[in-house]
Amino acid sequence: MIDPGKLSHLQGALVWLPCTIVLYAGSSALHRRLDKAPIANPTLLSIAALVLILAGCGIPYETYFESVAVLHYLLGTAVVALAVPLYRNANRLQGRCISMALALVAGSLASIFVGLVVATLGHASASTVLSIAPKSATAAVSMEISRLIGGTPAVTATLTIMTGIIGAVGGPYVLNALRIHAPEARGFAMGVASHGIATARAFTESEVAGSFAGLGMVLNAIVTALIVPPTVRLLGLA
Amino acid sequence: MLAQLGLLMMFQLIGEVVVSSLGIPFPGSLCGMLLLLGYLYLRGGPSEELAGVGSKLVDNLGLLFVPAGTAIVAYGALFATDGPAIFAALVLSTLVAVLIGGAIAAAAKHSGADVP
Repeated sequence: MIDPGKLSHLQGALVWLPCTIVLYAGSSALHRRLDKAPIANPTLLSIAALVLILAGCGIPYETYFESVAVLHYLLGTAVVALAVPLYRNANRLQGRCISMALALVAGSLASIFVGLVVATLGHASASTVLSIAPKSATAAVSMEISRLIGGTPAVTATLTIMTGIIGAVGGPYVLNALRIHAPEARGFAMGVASHGIATARAFTESEVAGSFAGLGMVLNAIVTALIVPPTVRLLGLA
Repeated sequence: MLAQLGLLMMFQLIGEVVVSSLGIPFPGSLCGMLLLLGYLYLRGGPSEELAGVGSKLVDNLGLLFVPAGTAIVAYGALFATDGPAIFAALVLSTLVAVLIGGAIAAAAKHSGADVP
Protein backbone atom coordinates (compact mmCIF):
# COMPACT_ATOMS: atom_id res chain seq x y z
CA MET A 1 0.00 0.00 0.00
CA ILE A 2 1.38 3.36 -0.97
CA ASP A 3 1.24 6.00 1.73
CA PRO A 4 0.04 9.26 0.11
CA GLY A 5 2.03 11.19 2.70
CA LYS A 6 5.22 9.67 1.35
CA LEU A 7 4.13 10.26 -2.24
CA SER A 8 4.01 13.99 -1.67
CA HIS A 9 7.74 13.95 -1.03
CA LEU A 10 8.34 12.40 -4.41
CA GLN A 11 8.90 15.14 -6.92
CA GLY A 12 10.12 15.59 -10.38
CA ALA A 13 9.86 14.06 -13.78
CA LEU A 14 10.67 10.65 -12.34
CA VAL A 15 7.12 10.30 -11.04
CA TRP A 16 4.77 12.54 -13.00
CA LEU A 17 6.12 12.17 -16.50
CA PRO A 18 5.64 8.37 -16.63
CA CYS A 19 2.34 8.71 -14.71
CA THR A 20 1.00 11.15 -17.28
CA ILE A 21 2.14 9.12 -20.26
CA VAL A 22 0.85 5.82 -18.88
CA LEU A 23 -2.50 7.37 -17.94
CA TYR A 24 -2.82 8.84 -21.41
CA ALA A 25 -1.79 5.61 -23.12
CA GLY A 26 -4.40 3.74 -21.05
CA SER A 27 -7.10 6.35 -21.79
CA SER A 28 -6.18 6.20 -25.45
CA ALA A 29 -6.50 2.41 -25.51
CA LEU A 30 -9.91 2.67 -23.83
CA HIS A 31 -10.94 5.34 -26.35
CA ARG A 32 -10.04 3.00 -29.22
CA ARG A 33 -11.82 0.07 -27.61
CA LEU A 34 -14.96 2.18 -27.34
CA ASP A 35 -14.84 2.89 -31.08
CA LYS A 36 -13.41 6.37 -30.50
CA ALA A 37 -16.55 7.50 -28.66
CA PRO A 38 -16.12 11.26 -28.12
CA ILE A 39 -17.14 10.95 -24.47
CA ALA A 40 -14.12 8.72 -23.78
CA ASN A 41 -11.80 11.55 -24.81
CA PRO A 42 -8.30 10.51 -23.66
CA THR A 43 -7.25 14.08 -22.77
CA LEU A 44 -10.34 14.45 -20.58
CA LEU A 45 -9.86 11.05 -18.89
CA SER A 46 -6.17 11.70 -18.20
CA ILE A 47 -6.81 15.16 -16.75
CA ALA A 48 -9.65 13.83 -14.57
CA ALA A 49 -7.44 11.04 -13.22
CA LEU A 50 -4.52 13.41 -12.58
CA VAL A 51 -6.74 15.95 -10.82
CA LEU A 52 -7.96 13.20 -8.48
CA ILE A 53 -4.43 11.94 -7.85
CA LEU A 54 -2.89 15.39 -7.29
CA ALA A 55 -5.76 16.59 -5.09
CA GLY A 56 -5.79 13.29 -3.20
CA CYS A 57 -2.06 13.38 -2.52
CA GLY A 58 -2.00 17.12 -1.84
CA ILE A 59 0.52 17.82 -4.59
CA PRO A 60 0.63 21.44 -5.78
CA TYR A 61 -0.03 21.95 -9.49
CA GLU A 62 3.29 23.80 -9.86
CA THR A 63 5.20 20.71 -8.71
CA TYR A 64 3.33 18.59 -11.23
CA PHE A 65 3.75 21.06 -14.08
CA GLU A 66 7.48 21.41 -13.56
CA SER A 67 7.96 17.69 -13.99
CA VAL A 68 5.92 17.45 -17.19
CA ALA A 69 7.05 20.77 -18.69
CA VAL A 70 8.75 18.89 -21.52
CA LEU A 71 5.32 17.68 -22.75
CA HIS A 72 4.06 21.25 -22.67
CA TYR A 73 7.09 22.32 -24.70
CA LEU A 74 6.39 19.56 -27.24
CA LEU A 75 2.85 20.91 -27.62
CA GLY A 76 4.43 23.90 -29.38
CA THR A 77 6.49 21.57 -31.58
CA ALA A 78 3.37 19.56 -32.49
CA VAL A 79 1.52 22.76 -33.40
CA VAL A 80 4.39 23.67 -35.75
CA ALA A 81 4.13 20.17 -37.25
CA LEU A 82 0.46 20.81 -38.13
CA ALA A 83 1.89 22.63 -41.18
CA VAL A 84 2.51 19.23 -42.83
CA PRO A 85 -1.11 17.97 -42.92
CA LEU A 86 -2.27 21.52 -43.69
CA TYR A 87 0.05 21.61 -46.69
CA ARG A 88 -1.18 18.21 -47.88
CA ASN A 89 -4.85 19.19 -47.65
CA ALA A 90 -4.69 22.81 -48.76
CA ASN A 91 -6.07 21.90 -52.20
CA ARG A 92 -9.35 20.91 -50.53
CA LEU A 93 -9.93 24.58 -49.71
CA GLN A 94 -10.59 25.18 -53.38
CA GLY A 95 -14.22 26.27 -53.81
CA ARG A 96 -14.76 26.23 -50.06
CA CYS A 97 -13.10 29.54 -49.18
CA ILE A 98 -16.27 31.60 -48.95
CA SER A 99 -18.27 29.12 -46.89
CA MET A 100 -15.28 28.55 -44.60
CA ALA A 101 -14.83 32.30 -44.13
CA LEU A 102 -18.52 32.67 -43.25
CA ALA A 103 -18.37 29.66 -40.92
CA LEU A 104 -15.32 31.18 -39.25
CA VAL A 105 -16.89 34.56 -38.55
CA ALA A 106 -20.30 33.12 -37.55
CA GLY A 107 -18.77 30.44 -35.32
CA SER A 108 -16.44 32.91 -33.67
CA LEU A 109 -19.19 35.50 -33.04
CA ALA A 110 -21.58 32.81 -31.73
CA SER A 111 -18.99 31.55 -29.29
CA ILE A 112 -18.21 35.04 -27.97
CA PHE A 113 -21.79 36.32 -27.69
CA VAL A 114 -23.42 33.19 -26.29
CA GLY A 115 -20.59 32.93 -23.77
CA LEU A 116 -20.99 36.55 -22.65
CA VAL A 117 -24.78 36.37 -22.47
CA VAL A 118 -25.03 33.07 -20.60
CA ALA A 119 -22.28 33.98 -18.13
CA THR A 120 -23.95 37.34 -17.45
CA LEU A 121 -27.40 35.77 -17.03
CA GLY A 122 -25.84 33.21 -14.69
CA HIS A 123 -24.58 36.05 -12.47
CA ALA A 124 -20.92 35.21 -12.93
CA SER A 125 -18.60 37.90 -11.56
CA ALA A 126 -17.53 40.64 -14.01
CA SER A 127 -13.97 39.31 -14.07
CA THR A 128 -15.21 35.78 -14.86
CA VAL A 129 -17.40 37.09 -17.70
CA LEU A 130 -14.41 38.87 -19.23
CA SER A 131 -12.25 35.78 -18.75
CA ILE A 132 -14.82 33.70 -20.66
CA ALA A 133 -15.07 35.98 -23.73
CA PRO A 134 -11.93 34.87 -25.63
CA LYS A 135 -11.98 31.17 -24.61
CA SER A 136 -12.49 29.67 -28.06
CA ALA A 137 -9.11 30.96 -29.25
CA THR A 138 -6.02 28.86 -28.58
CA ALA A 139 -4.60 29.40 -25.09
CA ALA A 140 -1.73 31.81 -25.81
CA VAL A 141 -4.11 34.12 -27.69
CA SER A 142 -7.05 33.83 -25.29
CA MET A 143 -4.80 34.65 -22.32
CA GLU A 144 -3.40 37.73 -24.00
CA ILE A 145 -6.88 38.99 -24.96
CA SER A 146 -8.07 38.33 -21.41
CA ARG A 147 -5.23 40.47 -20.07
CA LEU A 148 -6.05 43.28 -22.53
CA ILE A 149 -9.73 43.46 -21.57
CA GLY A 150 -9.30 43.12 -17.82
CA GLY A 151 -10.00 39.42 -17.35
CA THR A 152 -7.73 37.02 -15.47
CA PRO A 153 -5.33 35.30 -17.90
CA ALA A 154 -4.73 32.26 -15.67
CA VAL A 155 -8.49 31.69 -15.34
CA THR A 156 -8.90 32.13 -19.09
CA ALA A 157 -6.22 29.49 -19.66
CA THR A 158 -8.23 26.95 -17.70
CA LEU A 159 -11.53 27.98 -19.31
CA THR A 160 -9.85 27.67 -22.71
CA ILE A 161 -8.82 24.08 -21.98
CA MET A 162 -12.35 23.31 -20.74
CA THR A 163 -13.73 24.78 -23.95
CA GLY A 164 -11.39 22.55 -25.94
CA ILE A 165 -12.60 19.47 -24.09
CA ILE A 166 -16.28 20.44 -24.35
CA GLY A 167 -15.92 20.90 -28.13
CA ALA A 168 -13.93 17.70 -28.54
CA VAL A 169 -16.47 15.69 -26.52
CA GLY A 170 -19.76 17.41 -27.47
CA GLY A 171 -18.90 18.71 -30.95
CA PRO A 172 -18.99 15.34 -32.73
CA TYR A 173 -22.45 14.58 -31.27
CA VAL A 174 -23.78 17.97 -32.46
CA LEU A 175 -22.32 17.40 -35.93
CA ASN A 176 -23.71 13.85 -36.06
CA ALA A 177 -27.15 15.12 -35.05
CA LEU A 178 -26.99 17.64 -37.91
CA ARG A 179 -25.82 14.82 -40.23
CA ILE A 180 -22.72 16.75 -41.14
CA HIS A 181 -20.30 14.10 -42.35
CA ALA A 182 -17.95 16.06 -44.62
CA PRO A 183 -14.59 15.92 -42.80
CA GLU A 184 -13.71 19.43 -43.96
CA ALA A 185 -16.81 20.94 -42.30
CA ARG A 186 -16.57 18.78 -39.16
CA GLY A 187 -12.93 19.62 -38.58
CA PHE A 188 -13.23 23.30 -39.37
CA ALA A 189 -16.23 23.85 -37.05
CA MET A 190 -14.49 22.06 -34.19
CA GLY A 191 -11.21 23.91 -34.70
CA VAL A 192 -12.96 27.30 -34.72
CA ALA A 193 -15.00 26.56 -31.58
CA SER A 194 -12.47 24.52 -29.63
CA HIS A 195 -8.91 25.04 -30.91
CA GLY A 196 -6.22 22.38 -30.42
CA ILE A 197 -7.98 19.82 -28.23
CA ALA A 198 -10.78 19.51 -30.78
CA THR A 199 -8.08 19.42 -33.46
CA ALA A 200 -6.61 16.39 -31.70
CA ARG A 201 -10.07 14.79 -31.72
CA ALA A 202 -10.55 15.67 -35.41
CA PHE A 203 -7.28 13.91 -36.26
CA THR A 204 -8.66 10.72 -34.71
CA GLU A 205 -11.54 10.99 -37.21
CA SER A 206 -9.32 11.59 -40.26
CA GLU A 207 -6.32 13.58 -41.45
CA VAL A 208 -8.59 15.81 -43.54
CA ALA A 209 -10.77 16.65 -40.53
CA GLY A 210 -7.66 17.29 -38.43
CA SER A 211 -6.12 19.59 -41.04
CA PHE A 212 -9.27 21.66 -41.32
CA ALA A 213 -9.50 21.84 -37.54
CA GLY A 214 -5.93 23.15 -37.45
CA LEU A 215 -6.87 25.75 -40.04
CA GLY A 216 -9.98 26.75 -38.07
CA MET A 217 -7.87 27.08 -34.93
CA VAL A 218 -5.32 29.42 -36.57
CA LEU A 219 -7.95 31.58 -38.22
CA ASN A 220 -10.08 31.85 -35.09
CA ALA A 221 -7.04 32.92 -33.07
CA ILE A 222 -6.81 35.92 -35.39
CA VAL A 223 -10.56 36.63 -35.58
CA THR A 224 -11.04 36.38 -31.80
CA ALA A 225 -8.17 38.81 -31.21
CA LEU A 226 -9.82 41.27 -33.61
CA ILE A 227 -13.41 40.88 -32.36
CA VAL A 228 -13.32 40.45 -28.57
CA PRO A 229 -11.72 43.74 -27.39
CA PRO A 230 -14.05 46.07 -29.37
CA THR A 231 -17.08 43.89 -28.51
CA VAL A 232 -16.63 44.04 -24.75
CA ARG A 233 -15.98 47.78 -24.98
CA LEU A 234 -19.15 48.23 -27.07
CA LEU A 235 -21.17 46.27 -24.52
CA GLY A 236 -19.69 48.38 -21.74
CA LEU A 237 -18.14 45.35 -20.04
CA ALA A 238 -14.58 46.67 -20.06
CA MET B 1 14.46 11.54 -37.56
CA LEU B 2 16.36 13.68 -35.04
CA ALA B 3 17.26 16.22 -37.71
CA GLN B 4 13.57 16.58 -38.61
CA LEU B 5 12.59 17.00 -34.96
CA GLY B 6 15.31 19.64 -34.68
CA LEU B 7 13.95 21.38 -37.76
CA LEU B 8 10.45 21.55 -36.23
CA MET B 9 11.93 22.91 -32.98
CA MET B 10 13.91 25.51 -34.90
CA PHE B 11 10.70 26.71 -36.55
CA GLN B 12 9.10 26.79 -33.09
CA LEU B 13 12.00 28.93 -31.86
CA ILE B 14 11.91 31.25 -34.87
CA GLY B 15 8.15 31.65 -34.41
CA GLU B 16 8.66 32.65 -30.77
CA VAL B 17 11.42 35.08 -31.71
CA VAL B 18 9.32 36.67 -34.46
CA VAL B 19 6.21 37.27 -32.32
CA SER B 20 8.14 38.48 -29.30
CA SER B 21 10.27 40.88 -31.33
CA LEU B 22 7.21 42.23 -33.16
CA GLY B 23 5.34 42.45 -29.87
CA ILE B 24 2.15 40.96 -31.33
CA PRO B 25 -0.19 38.92 -29.12
CA PHE B 26 -0.01 35.75 -31.21
CA PRO B 27 1.32 32.33 -30.21
CA GLY B 28 4.88 31.68 -31.33
CA SER B 29 4.03 28.08 -32.20
CA LEU B 30 1.25 29.14 -34.59
CA CYS B 31 3.63 31.65 -36.17
CA GLY B 32 6.22 28.84 -36.50
CA MET B 33 3.57 26.69 -38.16
CA LEU B 34 2.80 29.39 -40.72
CA LEU B 35 6.53 29.82 -41.38
CA LEU B 36 6.94 26.06 -41.86
CA LEU B 37 3.96 26.11 -44.22
CA GLY B 38 5.75 28.79 -46.28
CA TYR B 39 8.93 26.68 -46.21
CA LEU B 40 6.99 23.64 -47.46
CA TYR B 41 5.60 25.65 -50.37
CA LEU B 42 9.10 26.90 -51.26
CA ARG B 43 10.49 23.38 -51.01
CA GLY B 44 7.61 21.76 -52.87
CA GLY B 45 6.42 19.61 -49.96
CA PRO B 46 7.67 17.84 -46.84
CA SER B 47 10.29 15.09 -46.96
CA GLU B 48 9.07 11.65 -45.98
CA GLU B 49 11.02 11.82 -42.70
CA LEU B 50 9.57 15.22 -41.79
CA ALA B 51 6.05 13.98 -42.54
CA GLY B 52 6.77 10.92 -40.37
CA VAL B 53 8.01 12.87 -37.34
CA GLY B 54 5.22 15.42 -37.79
CA SER B 55 2.48 12.81 -37.77
CA LYS B 56 3.99 11.09 -34.69
CA LEU B 57 3.68 14.40 -32.82
CA VAL B 58 0.25 15.30 -34.20
CA ASP B 59 -1.10 11.80 -33.43
CA ASN B 60 -0.31 12.44 -29.77
CA LEU B 61 -1.55 16.03 -29.65
CA GLY B 62 -4.10 15.09 -26.98
CA LEU B 63 -1.35 13.97 -24.58
CA LEU B 64 0.47 17.29 -24.95
CA PHE B 65 -2.57 19.20 -23.63
CA VAL B 66 -2.63 17.25 -20.37
CA PRO B 67 -0.04 19.38 -18.47
CA ALA B 68 -1.91 22.63 -19.21
CA GLY B 69 -5.33 21.06 -18.65
CA THR B 70 -4.47 19.70 -15.24
CA ALA B 71 -4.21 23.33 -14.01
CA ILE B 72 -7.94 23.09 -13.32
CA VAL B 73 -6.98 21.39 -10.03
CA ALA B 74 -5.91 24.82 -8.74
CA TYR B 75 -9.29 26.52 -9.39
CA GLY B 76 -11.58 24.88 -6.85
CA ALA B 77 -12.52 28.25 -5.30
CA LEU B 78 -13.52 29.80 -8.64
CA PHE B 79 -15.81 26.89 -9.47
CA ALA B 80 -17.33 26.95 -6.00
CA THR B 81 -18.70 30.46 -6.68
CA ASP B 82 -19.12 30.78 -10.47
CA GLY B 83 -19.14 27.08 -11.40
CA PRO B 84 -22.70 26.68 -12.77
CA ALA B 85 -22.56 29.95 -14.75
CA ILE B 86 -19.15 29.07 -16.19
CA PHE B 87 -20.19 25.57 -17.11
CA ALA B 88 -23.44 26.71 -18.77
CA ALA B 89 -21.64 29.49 -20.66
CA LEU B 90 -18.87 27.22 -21.92
CA VAL B 91 -21.11 24.32 -22.95
CA LEU B 92 -23.76 26.45 -24.69
CA SER B 93 -21.37 28.83 -26.45
CA THR B 94 -19.07 26.07 -27.66
CA LEU B 95 -21.79 23.74 -28.93
CA VAL B 96 -23.70 26.61 -30.61
CA ALA B 97 -20.44 27.66 -32.29
CA VAL B 98 -19.85 24.10 -33.56
CA LEU B 99 -23.48 23.92 -34.74
CA ILE B 100 -23.43 27.23 -36.63
CA GLY B 101 -19.89 26.84 -37.95
CA GLY B 102 -20.54 23.25 -39.04
CA ALA B 103 -23.85 24.06 -40.75
CA ILE B 104 -22.31 26.92 -42.73
CA ALA B 105 -19.09 25.07 -43.59
CA ALA B 106 -21.09 22.06 -44.79
CA ALA B 107 -23.21 24.25 -47.05
CA ALA B 108 -20.34 24.42 -49.56
CA LYS B 109 -20.84 20.75 -50.31
CA HIS B 110 -24.31 21.41 -51.63
CA SER B 111 -23.50 24.64 -53.47
CA GLY B 112 -21.57 22.81 -56.14
CA ALA B 113 -18.98 25.56 -56.02
CA ASP B 114 -16.36 23.16 -54.72
CA VAL B 115 -16.23 21.00 -57.83
CA PRO B 116 -12.79 21.68 -59.23
